[in-house]
Amino acid sequence: MVAVNLWSGLRRFTDGAEVVEVEASTVGEVLQELVKAHPGLDPVIKAGVSVAVDDEIVQRALHHPVRPDSEVFILQQFRGG
Amino acid sequence: MTRIPTRTHVTTTVNGDPVDFLADPRETLLDCLRDKLGLTGAKEGCGTGDCGACSVQLDGRLVCSCLVLGVEAEGREVKTIEGMAEGNDLHPLQAKFIEHAALQCGICTPGILVATEALLKKNPDPSEEEVRYWLAGNLCRCTGYDKIIRAVLATARDLREGV
Amino acid sequence: MALDNKTDFKYIGTRPERPDGLDKVTGKARYGADAYAPGMLHGAVVRSPHAHARIVRIDASKALALDGVKAVVTRADFAQDLEGEDWNLLENTIAGEKVLYDGHAVAGVAATSALIAKDAAKLVDVEYEVLPHVTDVDAAMAEGAPVLRDGAADHSVPDGLHPNVVRYTEFGRGDVEAGFAAADLVIERSFKTEAVHQGYIEPHACLAQLGTDGKGELWCCTQGHWFVRRMCAALLGLEATQLRVTASEIGGGFGGKTTVFIDPIALALSRKSGKPVKLVMSRSEVLKASGPTASASMDVKMGMTKDGKLTAATGTFRMQGGAFPGAPMDMTTMLAFSCYELDNVHHEGFDVMTNRPKQAAYRAPGAPMGAFAVESVFDELCEGLGLDPIDARLKNAVKEGTRSSFGPKYKAVGLIETLEAAKAHPHYSAPLAENTGRGIASGYWMNWGGETSVSLAIGEDGTVQVGVGTPDIGGSRASMALMAAETIGIPYENVRVNVVDTAALGVNEPTHGSRATYASGLATIEAAREAIGKLCQRAADKWGIDVDAVEWKDGAAHPSGPNAGDFEPLSIAEIAGEMGSTGGPITGHHDASPTGFGGSFGTHIVDVHVDPETGRSTVTRYTVIQDAGKAIHPDYVEGQFQGGAAQGIGWALNEEYIYGEDGRLQNDVFLDYRIPVASDLPMIDTVIVEVPNPGHPYGVRGVGETGITPPLPAIACAVSHATGHRMTRLPMSPPRVLRAIQGKGVS
Repeated sequence: MVAVNLWSGLRRFTDGAEVVEVEASTVGEVLQELVKAHPGLDPVIKAGVSVAVDDEIVQRALHHPVRPDSEVFILQQFRGG
Repeated sequence: MTRIPTRTHVTTTVNGDPVDFLADPRETLLDCLRDKLGLTGAKEGCGTGDCGACSVQLDGRLVCSCLVLGVEAEGREVKTIEGMAEGNDLHPLQAKFIEHAALQCGICTPGILVATEALLKKNPDPSEEEVRYWLAGNLCRCTGYDKIIRAVLATARDLREGV
Repeated sequence: MALDNKTDFKYIGTRPERPDGLDKVTGKARYGADAYAPGMLHGAVVRSPHAHARIVRIDASKALALDGVKAVVTRADFAQDLEGEDWNLLENTIAGEKVLYDGHAVAGVAATSALIAKDAAKLVDVEYEVLPHVTDVDAAMAEGAPVLRDGAADHSVPDGLHPNVVRYTEFGRGDVEAGFAAADLVIERSFKTEAVHQGYIEPHACLAQLGTDGKGELWCCTQGHWFVRRMCAALLGLEATQLRVTASEIGGGFGGKTTVFIDPIALALSRKSGKPVKLVMSRSEVLKASGPTASASMDVKMGMTKDGKLTAATGTFRMQGGAFPGAPMDMTTMLAFSCYELDNVHHEGFDVMTNRPKQAAYRAPGAPMGAFAVESVFDELCEGLGLDPIDARLKNAVKEGTRSSFGPKYKAVGLIETLEAAKAHPHYSAPLAENTGRGIASGYWMNWGGETSVSLAIGEDGTVQVGVGTPDIGGSRASMALMAAETIGIPYENVRVNVVDTAALGVNEPTHGSRATYASGLATIEAAREAIGKLCQRAADKWGIDVDAVEWKDGAAHPSGPNAGDFEPLSIAEIAGEMGSTGGPITGHHDASPTGFGGSFGTHIVDVHVDPETGRSTVTRYTVIQDAGKAIHPDYVEGQFQGGAAQGIGWALNEEYIYGEDGRLQNDVFLDYRIPVASDLPMIDTVIVEVPNPGHPYGVRGVGETGITPPLPAIACAVSHATGHRMTRLPMSPPRVLRAIQGKGVS
């Protein structure tokens, strides 16, 4: 299982959990499983998030590998000027 | 509704060449240079004389061509950025601006070069403060002016020393 | 992609002349408004004079009756089935049922001359039913404030907030109350910043041609022509690849040219009239109806021990982004405390709609406001505890392995290096004149990768062309050419870099997020490496040896290793000269969404003199110190540092959007919206720190945006020290500073 760190504003959609454990080996699976576990997250993921895996901000690289001991953060979507 | 625009035939000299065009009395010299003579080096950044991107010389005087009407060019001499180099020989200011990286996006560059050429004619040995005040009517948003001021001062020094 | 750890660069780090320099100093370079087409019409836009009103009726009959008028378009001429951000974009491009701000586009007109188009625009009769409006962020959140649009709030907004609050965020970690209890000094302050404009000197301009067959050509000044293609295709109901977009030379963007305003209107006018249409904004239109940045209202609280260690920090950031969702509260919150190691930290952000134009990105969007609040409180803590502000920052500064305030740990970053360089800089210890204060502040921008596609081809003479999709705003063609020259081992002058149109490459994100030199540069290097592989293969074939026994160095193939044999090196020109008969053209290509972008930290030192009689502030000395990872062309790295500082100085001291009681913009020309001029500024000293980015072969970090983040707080701290009054409101215009000096507050 991968522990996924959410930002605390999302606790409303996850029954209060700020860390959600999912079975996943890629970023795409992480996002998929998050929505499966907590359907309230669906509009959040659809609206766009940035994902960090082991300190690398991989944006939306769905194919990016995730290990069981990876540190995964779901972050607000980045924008630039 | 039918409206027959009254246009004025303007005969003038631009960068030493005789030219003529038909101008609506409301049209600016800037629009006439750009749209009728194909001289698009002068830019419109504001249309109100605040940014200097449209700077040209009219009878040797530095003006914002967006504040001059096309019909006012009748019988006068206009000099634009396109007339600054002699053939393929760049004016020393032009060469120094490239060398000093005194431009980023480059949209203000023609106006600043035209304005600076006028300054150095008037004052071959300007102080940094004099350059800054002379160029206060030429807005640049990219560079913070640092490299522009350095390029102008370096050109003035070279010209004085005959480099 | 990993760092090469190469240090013996031949071309990188040199300062050659930029390839577009000659065209730009002679007036030949073609910008947005410099294009013409046979049979071309000129467009003009009809705009709302009201801040908020219902459109009752649009009657274009008088305009259409004018000789020379060929088409009028309204909302009905655009796609009808849009939702989400596409709908927002269309609604902002051309109003539907309501106008939402002063300057909101209502209709477009095309005519045979610009003067006729302008006359015709005045003849379009629009009947409005004026509605109550709100333009201030705090007022827009208050009970009873006029609602811009019911149901605009997304899933993130908890119940009970005003309908103008359309997005909300909250995150943090640790126990902030325990943290504050452990502090020797806690400071809590409220701050406010006004909206400012990117202030690019080139107004938006385009030349559009669109047929009823759905095929189109668009020439425009933009930071990203693939973005323009996607947006225009959506708004006009086109297939993306049927619209070819060419980016002109661009006269500044700073984030403001990453979206569309007039391009879809020009395309609709062209489709309706059957002719090419040129459309150029006036400066007043740019200020009223393009995308300025957000304004902010913020509360920040921080605690520190007497030896300078931060114990806790909280921040609430309310951002106003105009009449649509999108104020950058996400970046403001994530970056506000990004410089510091904090176990106890909490952020709250609000995205608030008002009757103002839809905000657009502006250089490090959202970051400068948060830095202004946080760095100001940090400075006040140092002042209260008698600590040196650089020493105190060094005690808390993030480094490789520190957990960021927003979650992940940092990789190699250079904040400590910039602080140490600042401390060692003569500016920091120089004596101060009377009525002059010194300010220090640090800032961060995390940078960006994004979709990137680059093609490289070898010419028959061994020179190289590179096609990139990121418009060159500040000299990036020179940087790409340097990276290609370095990789292939040929002179810089033998490489020509072109910004190509949307038909020539896969999707490229714009030149934004400080990504161009990083991402297009990385793809240029990879494309060059692919071409080198092919060049080596041609040499191996010629020599009849295995390609593994061929080494590429100094622009030539060399036999390498014990069994390679003894052959004279083959230069790139020799291989290229024969390519037609050795297998055909030789190219390299690279597509990626690279993720190894490294963020850039900076620290600024500024001295500001304040005239006690008038409250006028003058920047007397300025030093920018920033981590570039590896400076490819140092002149243009310095240029980014200096430009960011100058824009920050304008934001801090002068610039602001001023709305009247009637909700109309009061300062819509450069005379009144006053950006810094040459006589306002001193020379801006720069120090380039190089802590290589581990995610780029040559260590590059984007440098464009960080530079606007420290100036707001650095200048505010300097003015505070000069006057003895803590400045918590921007801009620090003379009347506001004078009120502070006279003890009448800072609001």
